[in-house]
Amino acid sequence: MLRRQFTRLLGAGAAATALPGLIGSANATDPLKVGFIYLGPVGDFGWTYQHDIARKAAVEHFGDKIKTTYVENVPEGPDSEKVLNDLANQGHKLIFATSFGYMNYVLNSAKKHPDVFYEHATGYKRTANVADYNIRFYQARYVQGVIAGKMSKAGLAGYVGSVPVPEVVQGINAFMLGMQSVNPKARMKIVLIDSWYDPPKEGDAAKALIDQGCDIITQHTDSPAPLQAAASRGVKAFGQSTDMSKFAADTQLSASTDMWGPYYIKRIGDVLDGTWKSTDTWGGFDSGMLAMSPFTNMPADVATLATATVDDIKSGKNKVFVGPIEDQSGAVKIAAGTAMDDGALSGMQWLVQGVDGKLT
Amino acid sequence: MTALLVAFLVSTIAASTPLLLAATGELIVEKVGVLNLGVEGMMLAGAIAGFATANQTGITSLGVLAAVAAGIALSMLFAVVSLTLQANQTATGLALTIFGRGFSALVGAGYVGIPAPTLPKIHLPVLSDIPVLGPVIFGHDILVYLALAILAVVAWCIRSTHLGLILRAVGDSHDAAHALGYAVIPIRYAAVAFGGALAGLAGAYMSLAYTPLWAQDMTAGRGWVAVALVTFSAWRPFWLLIGAWFFGALMYLSLYVQALGVAVPSALLSAVPYIGTVVVLVLISRDARRIRLHRPAMLGRPFQARV
Repeated sequence: MLRRQFTRLLGAGAAATALPGLIGSANATDPLKVGFIYLGPVGDFGWTYQHDIARKAAVEHFGDKIKTTYVENVPEGPDSEKVLNDLANQGHKLIFATSFGYMNYVLNSAKKHPDVFYEHATGYKRTANVADYNIRFYQARYVQGVIAGKMSKAGLAGYVGSVPVPEVVQGINAFMLGMQSVNPKARMKIVLIDSWYDPPKEGDAAKALIDQGCDIITQHTDSPAPLQAAASRGVKAFGQSTDMSKFAADTQLSASTDMWGPYYIKRIGDVLDGTWKSTDTWGGFDSGMLAMSPFTNMPADVATLATATVDDIKSGKNKVFVGPIEDQSGAVKIAAGTAMDDGALSGMQWLVQGVDGKLT
Repeated sequence: MTALLVAFLVSTIAASTPLLLAATGELIVEKVGVLNLGVEGMMLAGAIAGFATANQTGITSLGVLAAVAAGIALSMLFAVVSLTLQANQTATGLALTIFGRGFSALVGAGYVGIPAPTLPKIHLPVLSDIPVLGPVIFGHDILVYLALAILAVVAWCIRSTHLGLILRAVGDSHDAAHALGYAVIPIRYAAVAFGGALAGLAGAYMSLAYTPLWAQDMTAGRGWVAVALVTFSAWRPFWLLIGAWFFGALMYLSLYVQALGVAVPSALLSAVPYIGTVVVLVLISRDARRIRLHRPAMLGRPFQARV
């Protein structure tokens, strides 16, 4: 069915290209067509699922003023450019591309369709009609780290990652810093599985970490498999992107929850008002784009500390990456008392001391 | 150190179980002279059938049965086309894999991202608590033991029973078996069904025990590794077991090594099990005589009874 949707869309796109007159006949009272391309299935119960919830929230908010289309399972390759072009040819005036790897294809498609607005999630390239938006996921990682520092008996946590892009590196480092803030001796191990969504491999990675003594697991991949692996081995873990407690109610400590809804509603509103501009958004707890799901399976004092940490980050009192911070080799990367700026943060390619493992 | 080793062995045994199940089935199929390359497709059909049934009914054992049934159903498709209609077995098997992948994705679209009841792990009061050996030997779910039991029965059957003799005769010379009065085609049907059942079971292990989730293509090439394993073992059950453990360890090792902090690119590590498969097959194929000695002589050849 997924494939069929994909081909149907390609077919529709071809038809639309062949009949430009029909598309051009749209008038002002027609609903604004908004397109979304997703990396995974809408039911991945993680990354893509959260984007789709946000899409539905936008539909609810705007009613028949907009019409949304989504294409799921779009690989991060040349095919994505085709899908983007098709959406544009079908008259979508605003297109959200919801994964990092679409970046260059978004730019290509945007060049061909200067009258269409593009929004690219988690990237860093902008043009007149391409905006980017992202969430400060690392803030939630820091909170997870604080909880892990309190909950880990071995003082050793495991991080299931995907690919060593700055976003993942920020997450690893923020988690480590949070953990060390309550347990200076804490350490962590990492496994990168070279994929964002591959449940058996995600589960295996979690098992490998648990087998080597990690008693807290956190994941930067999109399925609940690592959480389930932790549950089967009797250690605690964090959910990713969405509240995954229904997969392992006795295991999930909390989950970083991505809240794309407010952003999508704002940007669609901007297009409707004619005030859309290419912007660079990086929202954290304070913007409502990031939240922690309920703190469960932990003593009350740990939950209180976690809540306080969220509040400190929200108010700006805790900026997470504040020196002195040393990398694995012991070199000072952030001087005492200074906070890392967003530019340096978004290019982060080194690991803090305490993390075992390399970025490969 | 012992704790590390124990944990590694426990995970390896779990990782090798789907390979062992599927390969045991394929072993019997090839023993009677049929090459079914559809293992991957049958595993996926089993995985989604098992998951969907367990999810709908809430009963894991029903899920396991449904997986077996799905595996058999797909294998019968293969049997009709390749045994009765005598189409090329290699092409039919490949088509079966492609069909199984697509069909499971279609059926499974509604089952992505939802939970299902999981196959419980067995815990024997005294035995499971024995240090070192306890968790390695007694701490798994029932399919792990079932896989070993089936392999033992298969090994015994091939080596020491009348049935085993008939199976081997059909695989080594279907004309001779036919002349002796054995029903070659029905026997092959039965063997193919057995292979389908075990591939389905392997799929159920993936979606109900190993990673209790449904995801498109979740078997990730394990069916192919199972087919390679049969050749690797030179059609001998004991070596099949060794091979399954070896490849299970290899698949798991690629992630385990990373957690140890060894700096190897993760993309390379994910390729290790498949590179391993190729290397081993090349090494084995160097000795053509040894392959010929053990290989069922009629492997892949259609049979038509001469009247």
